[in-house]
Amino acid sequence: MRATPARIAEYRSARRARLLSTRVNAVLATIIRRLLQTVVVMLVMSALVFVGIYLVGDPISMLASPEATEAQRDAIRASLGLDLPLWRQYLVFMGQAVQGDFGNSFLTGEPAMRLILQRAPATLELAITAMLLSVLIGVPLGIRAGLKPQAVSSRAIMTGSVLGFSLPNFWVGLMLIMVFAVTLGWVPASGRGQTVAIGSLNLSIFTVSGWLSLALPAITIAMAKCATIIRVTRAATRESLPMDYIKFARAKGLSERRVLGVHLLKNILIPIVTVAGLEFGQVVAFAVVTETVFSWPGMGKLLIDSIINLDRPVVVAYLLLIVFFLVMLNLVVDIIYTVLDPRVRLEGRR
Amino acid sequence: MSQADIVKPAIAAARKPEGPWRRFFVDFFASKLAVVGLILLTVTVVAAVFAPWIAPQNPFDIGNLDIMDSKLPPGSESGDGTMRYLLGTDGQARDLFSAILYGLRTSLMVAGISVFFAFAIGATVGLIAAYFGGKLDALLMRIVDIQLSFPAILVALMLLAILGKGVDKVIIALIVVQWAYFARAARGAALVERNKEYVEAARCMSLSWWRVLWRHLLPNCMPPLIVIATIDLAHAIALEATLSFLGVGVPVTEPSLGMLISNGFEFLLSGRYWISFFPGIALAIAIIGINLVGDHLRDVLNPRNAN
Repeated sequence: MRATPARIAEYRSARRARLLSTRVNAVLATIIRRLLQTVVVMLVMSALVFVGIYLVGDPISMLASPEATEAQRDAIRASLGLDLPLWRQYLVFMGQAVQGDFGNSFLTGEPAMRLILQRAPATLELAITAMLLSVLIGVPLGIRAGLKPQAVSSRAIMTGSVLGFSLPNFWVGLMLIMVFAVTLGWVPASGRGQTVAIGSLNLSIFTVSGWLSLALPAITIAMAKCATIIRVTRAATRESLPMDYIKFARAKGLSERRVLGVHLLKNILIPIVTVAGLEFGQVVAFAVVTETVFSWPGMGKLLIDSIINLDRPVVVAYLLLIVFFLVMLNLVVDIIYTVLDPRVRLEGRR
Repeated sequence: MSQADIVKPAIAAARKPEGPWRRFFVDFFASKLAVVGLILLTVTVVAAVFAPWIAPQNPFDIGNLDIMDSKLPPGSESGDGTMRYLLGTDGQARDLFSAILYGLRTSLMVAGISVFFAFAIGATVGLIAAYFGGKLDALLMRIVDIQLSFPAILVALMLLAILGKGVDKVIIALIVVQWAYFARAARGAALVERNKEYVEAARCMSLSWWRVLWRHLLPNCMPPLIVIATIDLAHAIALEATLSFLGVGVPVTEPSLGMLISNGFEFLLSGRYWISFFPGIALAIAIIGINLVGDHLRDVLNPRNAN
């Protein structure tokens, strides 16, 4: 049989389809296994958080007025189910939790999960902006530092990244407020600015005052995350540069721009996407700090207020939600990683 | 080329300092950045340890404070003209320089103790996992994996939400957050060492397993653990400051640097920058110093770089 171009193309597409189907199966198997693991982790975490939080202190002392009689206290205790043994309380809690009911906030009486989800858009908006910002700044700087590791500019970049890495982020935020909000007065020091409601979501990114409010917190987070992205990009660049495909692309006479922007970038993207994905989870969790500094009304600020006010249902609901989010994020990052890098074999991994 | 030119480098090479300690110090002091880091670190440690003797004022003795002197800018004189506030005063009229020295004490103590215990627990777990292997190893490392997949700040917050405020509680939270790093590193190092002859020899002498672990395996796994301990010390200082800033860390009676920064936060917006600024600088000096030392220690202690 002669190898006509049509036949070659046919053969190739058949091979690709075969490879793809085994990969899809492997990915599916991984997803199912990981989801089962997630259930186990969630059960363990919920038990730990529940037992931990519910063993300490007495919420009645906060709920009942100081003059309440012992009978009144008992009535409140019974109405909240707090008179049951701990394991019964946990089962009741889990029974309601799987139906999406995480109890009501002790402070406002609203469902805890609804309180948290109302705050979620603000946090996600901030986290996504910050992450995009750090990738957009970090990748070019990292490539630059990887190309000429000995150059003065590269050393400056790396020293800067050590600073971004090690300085406490909340203090960086405070200093940015001091310079840009207090001294220069360019941006507001706190709040979200004007928000626009898109459906049930309130977003800041569609107004000028929203962007001005978003700028400082996003830059603060980006300063820390940028450092990680720079380090990963630099390491990947240094690893990829001596590879044959780069030499070949150069030998073909491609412009430096194309060699770096297409051939190199495509290959170093794998570790960058992985790290950026995992860092995104860190940013959402770390929002606790940034949101406190900038009084950004997100989930993290709610968590801190709830911890200080002993508002247990909100604390438990937030922790379970964020644990679920982080576990899912890890799974998604793993899948993206496999899709991007065909050399990774899922079966071999735990 | 004369003969002397050839012989000189040869003599120099032959005189290259021998002995692991000597070589370590020569390698370490070869980097200017690391020496700068060591100086910064020494200054902060000395300042923290000798705070009661260096500080011009005991900032926690209410009798010393004159409320008329509160929120004075850096360099101003106290109302009764007896002392000069080098870095200004805070909202409670404490001399900021003295408060920083005492705060540094709390910060370094909390970080140091927590790293010490995290090191001890983590190294033990890691060595046991590597030495015995099998199901125990799988179980222990699974726990480490799961814990490390959660951000440190979140784990610490969760624990403090349960435990409440206090220096001891912050230390416990920091130990729980950090032990897993040591466990992973110790296991990695011990897996390599486990199959070497000296371990086999120790086993042949039918020494008890903890003696093999403690006296033979551990000393050879130290270099990577020391590097992690240094970097982790900086991490612990930053984390403690963050927790105290959030108001869930150390109590008001023992303010750490994070607490001082947090106290200054409310005055920052009215332009009184120094109350937050200077404690932050002290924090930065401590953290950068430790990081510079740790970064270079990594290069010096890495056996792959030894020539």
